[in-house]
Amino acid sequence: MERPLTKNIRPDQDPPNLKEYEAAGGYQSVRKVLKGMPPQEVTELVKNSNLRGRGGAGFPTGSKWSFVPMGADAPRPKYLVANADEMEPGTFKDRLLMEGDPHQLIEGMIVSAYAIQAEIAYIFLRSEYKLSEKRLRRGLTEAYEGGYLGKNILGSGYNLDAHLHISAGRYMCGEETGLLNALEGKRATPRSKPPYPQVSGLWGKPTIVNNVETLCNIPHIVNHGAEWFKGLSHTGEGGTKIYGASGKVKRPGAWELPMGTSIRELLEGHAGGMRDGFKFRGVIPGGASTDFLVEEHLDVKMDYDSVQKAGSRLGTGTMIILDDQTCPVGMVHNLEQFFARESCGWCTPCREGLPWTVRTLQAIEQGEGETADLERLEHHARFLGPGSTFCALAPGAMEPLQSALKYFREDFERHIREMRCPWR
Amino acid sequence: MLTEEERREIEAEFHQYPQKRSACIDALKIVQRRRGWVSDESLRDLAAFLGMTPDELDSVATFYNLIFRRPVGSRVILICDSVSCWIMGYERIRELLTARLGIELGETSADGEFTLLPNACLGACDRAPVMMINDELYQDLDPGSLDQILDPNARRTDSSPMTSQ
Repeated sequence: MERPLTKNIRPDQDPPNLKEYEAAGGYQSVRKVLKGMPPQEVTELVKNSNLRGRGGAGFPTGSKWSFVPMGADAPRPKYLVANADEMEPGTFKDRLLMEGDPHQLIEGMIVSAYAIQAEIAYIFLRSEYKLSEKRLRRGLTEAYEGGYLGKNILGSGYNLDAHLHISAGRYMCGEETGLLNALEGKRATPRSKPPYPQVSGLWGKPTIVNNVETLCNIPHIVNHGAEWFKGLSHTGEGGTKIYGASGKVKRPGAWELPMGTSIRELLEGHAGGMRDGFKFRGVIPGGASTDFLVEEHLDVKMDYDSVQKAGSRLGTGTMIILDDQTCPVGMVHNLEQFFARESCGWCTPCREGLPWTVRTLQAIEQGEGETADLERLEHHARFLGPGSTFCALAPGAMEPLQSALKYFREDFERHIREMRCPWR
Repeated sequence: MLTEEERREIEAEFHQYPQKRSACIDALKIVQRRRGWVSDESLRDLAAFLGMTPDELDSVATFYNLIFRRPVGSRVILICDSVSCWIMGYERIRELLTARLGIELGETSADGEFTLLPNACLGACDRAPVMMINDELYQDLDPGSLDQILDPNARRTDSSPMTSQ
């Protein structure tokens, strides 16, 4: 089985330096596009590969790029941003890629920036990822020294500068337009769309924001082609995926596997099944802001369309497992506390509604809930759902809540009936 | 007053952005690294240096949880309270920490050594529960390892990040 994204990663060792990376075939895609692929052809190739954004939303990457104004009249400078603000609870995949093979991300950024003819690239990195910071800094310095960044890259006439921006916290920075505001030195509140960042992003100029894992796929697509990339997957959606599992499983971890690997294979095959004495009750398939799935969904293939059909989202592809000795109400309470704290306060439903759900869940958890609370929570799931708020934070927060109310209703009712948390 | 060194370090960030003020988060962090936190006076000096009003800069400084507008201890503990750590025993770790340090979340110990802050997912969910102290990540926390980490005789002096082992 091919594992293009992690083939250079050596656990517990330093990542490949520039020489080692080049010896392993690194930066070939930069040479290839600069020598003879027009930018639009790179975008077309990525479109044909069916690569979808790995940050959680799953938007087709090539299509996203195709909205950027091209040609001599396009506004300048144009920007490419790597979203390395990985802060979705339960998610630890981009960190592995940045710590394990920083040049792969830099190479992906150069090719992607070339495709949209950007002059400036940023890596927007969360502050807590100290090892990623250290390794990316070294990688960027080496890439400049190797002539892959800066003026007239490899004699092609193409110029690209890349900067590492270290953030200062807040989940909202991972939201595309919140990130743009943060990078401009403002509060990370969302911007209204349209205009979309592809047309008017950083400082009003065309900007593409892509997730780290998304960008890491680009060199391999350029080197091996769209058909090869599609062939890596078990389903129609291209490529491999870095999946993960955390919770009371025997071997929590992250693995690069074909897109479309089933939940069961991940859970039983790779995570080693549940720890002794624990039973599986449910799973949040792709980070905190995705709907619970339960036992009947274990054979669902983990790709964007299949997980959506099952009523959830692939999200970041890193699963959080709920076991039978963990209270589902307590788990949702923890999730909503996270979202309420991280709400930027920009729009009212999110700012006011999320703390309300937290207080309601807390009352239920403490044995002070009433039956009408369940209806109130359902109202919130609707009122904070898609279309009612400025950005996707609150709708994301409602996904685990609404699905918990559906799949674990008896647990909620038992809390209310017995006036206590049965797990405490 | 900003020191000459602080000014130079902040100026070195300007080239990354088309506007000086866009470097304000970097600038806040530079001052914080040298002084531990960002006082009202530092904030006013920085704002003047960046061509912003103090209120504008404060609106940014107070948004980001890793910019400290109050003094913190010499060792800032960021304890992950997100869902995977919660499942794996965050509450017990928090209880042990607050009991041992004699402080609640958001507080600093009387000797000025520790500040205990809750933090969003630290991205090490396969090794939960986890926390950071300054730049160092501590994984697979349990009561025993916590004792060792906080033991004054076993304290590490370097701040090199710990990798997965």
